This record gives sequence, C-alpha cells and structure tokens, in this order.
Amino acid sequence: MNKNSSAPVSPERRRMLKASGVALGGLLIATWLPPMVPKSFAIQRLEEEPEDHELQPPTALGAFLRVGHNGHITLISPKIEMGQGVQTGFAMMIAEELEVPLSQVSVAEAPPNPELYSDSILNFQATGGSASTRSNWEPLREAAAAARIMLIQAAANQWQVSAADCRAENGQVIGPGDRRLGYGEVVAAAAELTVPENVPLKKPEDFKIIGKPAQRLDTPSKVDGSAKFTIDLHVPGMKIASARACPVVGGTLVAVDESRARAVPGVVEVIKLDNAVAVIGDHMWAAIKGLEALEESVEWDFGAHGGIDQAQIEQALRDAFERDGAIANDVGDIDKALDGAESKIEAEYEMPFLAHSPLEPMTCVAQVRADACELWVGTQAPVFARQAAAKASGMPAEKVIIHNQWIGGAFGRRLETDFITQATAIAKQVDYPIKLVWTREEDTTHDLYRPHYIDRFAAALDADGMPIGWSQTIVGASVLARFAPDAVPPNGLDSDAVENSANPLYPLSNLRVRYVPEAPKAILNSWWRGVGPLHGAYVVESFVDELAYAAKQDPVDYRLKLLGDQHPRAQAVLRLAAEKANWRQPLPDGRGRGVAVQEVFGSYLATVVELQIDANNGVRIKRLICVADCGIVTNPTSVHSQLEGGTLFGLSAALYNEITVKNGRVEQSNYNDYRQLRISDAPPVEVFVVPSTEAPGGIGEAGTAMIAPALMNAMHAATGKRFRRLPLARAGFHVI
Amino acid sequence: MLTLTINDVDLEVDVPDDMPLLWVLRDVLGMTGTKYGCGIAQCGVCTVHMNGNAVRSCVLPVSEAAGNKITTIEAIGKTALGKRVQQAWLEHEVVQCGYCQSGQIMAAVALLEKVPDVDDADIDLGMAGNMCRCCTYTRIRGAIKSVAKA
Ligand code: FES
Ligand code: FES
Repeated sequence: MNKNSSAPVSPERRRMLKASGVALGGLLIATWLPPMVPKSFAIQRLEEEPEDHELQPPTALGAFLRVGHNGHITLISPKIEMGQGVQTGFAMMIAEELEVPLSQVSVAEAPPNPELYSDSILNFQATGGSASTRSNWEPLREAAAAARIMLIQAAANQWQVSAADCRAENGQVIGPGDRRLGYGEVVAAAAELTVPENVPLKKPEDFKIIGKPAQRLDTPSKVDGSAKFTIDLHVPGMKIASARACPVVGGTLVAVDESRARAVPGVVEVIKLDNAVAVIGDHMWAAIKGLEALEESVEWDFGAHGGIDQAQIEQALRDAFERDGAIANDVGDIDKALDGAESKIEAEYEMPFLAHSPLEPMTCVAQVRADACELWVGTQAPVFARQAAAKASGMPAEKVIIHNQWIGGAFGRRLETDFITQATAIAKQVDYPIKLVWTREEDTTHDLYRPHYIDRFAAALDADGMPIGWSQTIVGASVLARFAPDAVPPNGLDSDAVENSANPLYPLSNLRVRYVPEAPKAILNSWWRGVGPLHGAYVVESFVDELAYAAKQDPVDYRLKLLGDQHPRAQAVLRLAAEKANWRQPLPDGRGRGVAVQEVFGSYLATVVELQIDANNGVRIKRLICVADCGIVTNPTSVHSQLEGGTLFGLSAALYNEITVKNGRVEQSNYNDYRQLRISDAPPVEVFVVPSTEAPGGIGEAGTAMIAPALMNAMHAATGKRFRRLPLARAGFHVI
Repeated sequence: MLTLTINDVDLEVDVPDDMPLLWVLRDVLGMTGTKYGCGIAQCGVCTVHMNGNAVRSCVLPVSEAAGNKITTIEAIGKTALGKRVQQAWLEHEVVQCGYCQSGQIMAAVALLEKVPDVDDADIDLGMAGNMCRCCTYTRIRGAIKSVAKA
C-alpha cells in the first residue's frame, strides 16, 4: 500500500471487497480506499521518494471507482488514453451518476487484471475495436450509481432519517432541513454498507453532463509540454537504449564487433539479443551513434525469408484463391443465380500492407530486479504486456508490475508486445532501468502491418441492374489466427477478415462469402485502426458503386433502393449526407462526388467526397462530409474530433500509403518515403452527428473505415475510370 | 563545454558538438516537452524557436544552438502570443493524443509572430512541416485563425 494511506486496509478486508466485486460481475466500488497516489503516476512519486520501491501486487485495488476522504473521486480507467478522449468520457459517466462536477474526478490507469477489466466485446483487457464506450457505458454508470446510493444511505443513517428524504448534489448528500454532508465525510460509513444490486440509472432526459461538450481532462498538460508519455519518463538511474533488429523477420544475430560502439562517447553498454543488437547510452544520441557504428560489423543470419520480394507475396495471395478456404456465409444459391443472370459484373480489389507509424515510436521503460520486473509503458493490452515481460524476464507474472501510460498514438500498434519483450530482455542484462526508444526507421521497418487483402466479387444482376446476389472471396492474412488463435474455429474463419462482408448491409437473397487465410512470408500482420470494417467497407462500397454505375443509376438512389426497408438508420445518414453534399447538384467536368454508407463498430456512417482533378493528375479534395449516427453521445466534442481525425487518418493511407518488401526487408523507413497527410493536403472535414437515443456505437475507428470507398468512388465519378487498388498514388495521382 | 541560452536561462552542457539540440533538451536537461518523431526534419514534433524562428531541433547540432536564444514549449506560455495560442488550442479542443502538439504550437506561434493576419495559404506553408498522425488539422487551422482574428 501507499505509505501516505491514512487508513491501512487489512488483507481480509481486501479479499472481501474483491469478492464483492466479482459477485457484482466485475464491479467493485471500493469506497474504502483513502486518497492515494495512483500507481500509474508513480513516476513523479519515484522522483519524490526514490526509496519507495516496494512491490505492490497487481491485485484489484478498487475496480472502477474510489471516493476519497476529501470527497475526491478517482476513476480507475480500464481503457488507456491515446487521443480518443475515452477517459474524459468515462469521467463524465461517473460524474453524471455520482452527482459530482467533472472537475472532482481524476483518472488513474487500471492495472492488468483480466478478472476485473476484460472488455465485454473484445473478451480481453484491451483498448481497441472502438469498444470502450460501448462496453463500459452501463457498468461504469452502474458503479457510480451504486456508490451514490451508498453515500446517501450512509448520510441518512447518520442523520437518522430515511434515505428517500435525501438526495445527492454537487458532491454532497442533502437531507431534510437542508442538512449537508460531503461525500468525504460519509465515505467511511458508506464503505460498511452492502453494495446495492439492480441500481436504476438516470434517464437520458435527466443528464446534466453526458451529451454536453466537455473539455478533455488531459489536454491542458498537452499544450504546455508537461504531459508525460512513455518516451518522456525518467526513473532514477535510468539509461537510454535503442535497438536494431534483424531486418528480416525470423532472422538472428550471428556476430557484432562491439568495440566500435563502445568507442562512441556516451555509450555505456552493447547488448546482444537473439534477433537484435541494442546500445545503451547516457542519452539517445549515444545510442543512435552507437548503433550506426555497429552497422558495418553486424552479421545476421537472415533465415528463411531473406529472399522474399513483394511480387512473390502478392503471387502467393493470388494463388490462394485456388484453395477452398472457409465459408463465412452462404445464402440461397449463388451459382445458380450467376448462371441464370441477365448480366454479371466481376471486380477485384486490392489493399496494401500499412504501417501504424504513430508519432511516438515504440518505447518502454523496464527494470528487472531480483524481486520484480517493473515496466512503465503505454500499452493497449496490459495483460499481454505483463505476460510478455514475465516471459522475457523469467519472473512469474505476479512479480511483473505494469504502469500504463498515456500514448502518443497507437492505432492498434500498441496491442502488440514485441517492443515490451525487447525492453525487458535488455533490462534483464543490466542492473539499472533502461528506456528503450526505437528510431523512426526501426519503428517503420519492424511494425506488424495491416494485412494486404485481395477481394474478388461476382454479382448476378436482374434486368434493372439490381443484384440478385453476389459472391465474394477474401484473401489475406488472418490477424486473429496470430493474435488469438483460440478465437479462430478449425476451418480458419477469421471473423475480423469478413466483417461487413459476411453479413452485408444490403439484403441479398443469394450470397456466398468465402475467406482464404494466407499469411505472407517475411511480414507480420496486426490490428490497424479500422480493423475488419476498414477492409469490408472499402470492398463492399466500391463494388456496390460499380453496380450502380453499371445500372446507370444514381449511386445514392441505388443504395437506397437496395436497402429497401432495411436499416432505417443507414438510410437516414445516407440521405443527410447527400443533402449536406448537395448531391443532386451537377458538377462541371473534372469533378466528381463519391459516397459510402455502412454500419461500422455499431455506428452508422455515410461519407461523401467531392474532388477535382486537373490535367496533370493533381487531385484536390473540395469537400469531405461525414454523417454519423453513433447512438447516445457522451462527449460531443470527442465524437466530432474522432470523426474528423479518423476520416483524415484513413485518407492519408488511401492516398499515399503502401508498405512493400524487397529481399525480405520492408522498403520504407521514415516519413520521407512513407508519406503522411499534412495540413496542406487536408481538406476540412464537415461532421454531422444525428441525434439518437440508441445505445452508444464505436467512434474511434468509424470515420477511418469509410473514407477510402468514398474517395475512390469520387475518383470514378470524376474520371470515368475505376481505380481498384489502394493507395491512389499507385494510379499516378497526387494531391494538390 | 557549451553555453546554451534556453528560455532565458544560461546553461552549461558537456556534450558532443554534433549532438542534436533535441537530445540535449530531452536527455541531458530533462526538458521533455520537445518530442522525437523522425530525426530527419520531416515531422516537426521537435520544433523549438531559435531567435524567434521555428527550427527542427532533431537536426540542429547543439554547437549551432550555442550563442542563440532558444525557446521551448515549456516557456512559450510566458509570452502573450504563446499563451493565446495555447488557450486557442484548448478552446478549439485541438488535441487528440497530444504527442505532436508541442511542435504544432511552437510552429503556430512562430508563424503568427511573422504573419499576424494569417490566411489559409500562410497556414499551409507555415504548418506543412508539422505532421499530426491523429490528423487534428481541421482544428489546428481553426485555432490559428481564431488567434489571427483576435
Ligand atoms: S523529430 Fe525533428 S522533424 Fe521529426
Ligand atoms: S495529436 Fe496525436 S499526433 Fe497530433
């Protein structure tokens, strides 16, 4: 326990509270805890109290909520902040039900504990899949409402009045005769009460905080440079490490002449790992110079993949179409429909490998001591992080302490633990803490990339050009099979790879969707912002657009007709997007509009791009409209920001990005050859959010998933040509 | 030994002459508001001011910084314009992950210092060197314009 604790908690009491938490289905309202310094802010504490290194087992110390003796509320956030505003949204939910101002809530990071913090959608403790608000919307408010009821009851008991005559307001319980007690004054008594079950939640019309724009809690420190990301941390005695891994996946280190690095001023140590060499220095410059000095003498065994080129990878993907794969959905009789169809349309789409490339490169502070392995690291998956560190350090998981940190961009990259394993392995070889910081080049070339997908469609059309049905075959690496093999059935069907495809938005009486997993050699694949829907929305919305043009129908009208009476929320966003985009207004030559509509992450989105093309293949995006129905909105500001940023994030990839392999090595290395959208390329994003009382949908990745089809459909509208392979730059276009 | 003038304070550092100012700030002086993103003057997260001009500290040898007036994100709020820009960033809720925003703010202040009535073209030119992977560009533009108008 923290030494500042004024009321130590006995082990028995801890156990009992933990038990009650589990009985409540993962909810634990630990009103017993005095205000304490959250461990995730331990870095400041370590600086103040350098001797304070006692091991704190990562057991549940109050699952979601703590009410301090000063009345201050601490939210233990099961989700990490990486720019999506999730922690502010959570704080708003808590403040709403607890009847406290938002300013009275602060946030601490949850420790790894799958029992308490597993996500009900993702089935593990992680931040991703645009699941955070969806899965915590009820549990968090229930926790806060239960705490409020207990605080009111405690005050009522003290006053010897009925709880029904008391209410909570502004962090106080107010009783008959305007008697008042602050939460801090009754928290000790409240902690003795039984946690109520089946607590009623506020009705949306009574919300005071939810649904109103709120300033993010974490932003002030992010505009004055005081916010600490992992890369900014300093623990006493720490040195800086940087590493270079074998450029080919699966390769190993054979030999290296360490003396050259040791001659560099500031270099402290050279560390050899199985597949990498690391240099530890007094500062990053020494580590970088040390690695450069090793470059010539380092000898790798490139293993089996040293000769692999992009063309071979793509050929293997094409060859995979010959395999049966797994059937994701089979409705009606698509073979018969295709045989007897008035006409048929076929198309093939292709999407490249993509790097995540967050601006904060992979970084992790690690210390391996006799008694513990302690890590300070921004991670989307703390339980996996702990497992990785346990394995690399040789310590049992209970002795691994993870302090999760704010993240300088993740986009899925920090669901992986390769850099945590590496940091721990380096730290194990020295008797001081190290901060591993990857160079941008290391980050770009040693990512786990979005799969390269190839999709083939064939549609059977009736006399009006409407589909009687279609078949779709998807080929690409199964991320799920590598990341969570247990989640994949024996036939290899990856639910992520077939999202938005297996059950398309449009009702079809004949449909067959087939998935053939093909893991490329020399490249590892992982989750990338937008995940399954990013792929599914692109191919389905591109193909439907082709059908609309083939039928000589307006792409919006065609989609509405195809939807029939299905998905009223999809129809509403599509109609509104068309209206906002002046869809019906004709455009001069060289201009075009493209549209896409889908349900992604439980939200309905419609995106419209209007662009202009000049004689030199210069593309200027004139308008970009994004309409969303994402159910009840907690913080409108965050929803708008995520739709704006997420859409442009997807645009950046759709315009420019493609990772390619030569001799088993990733060819791109830094932002000079892996270009990203800049302000001068970025059109304003017009966001419209439809008011809704439906359950909240995901929003962090929704905009990202929708932009590529709208962009490529607009390219077709402007040029009359279909560009089916991303990115657009491949077709010789550039942004002006 | 080099003498650096950072945020109006003279500091002595004993580091290699070719060490970029970025690493001196971050790893020697513990001023971590200035970030690392690419090391090759492509992303702008390392932007500081040298005599009022925005420079990429990742490619600025510390020996060239010596003798010049360096200002970092930690002190930009002490100037009236710097404060206004930070305020505008909060009012427009620009920040997402926040990692690039030190550099964005330093670039924006330098731009507004030179062109107080910026238009879109000035923003494109002055801010194109500062990437934001969270793509907060719509709000960056709005925040800069609000300061220009004020
Ligand atoms: S780190 Fe200096 S410009 Fe990227
Ligand atoms: S706010 Fe995340 S990189 Fe700009």
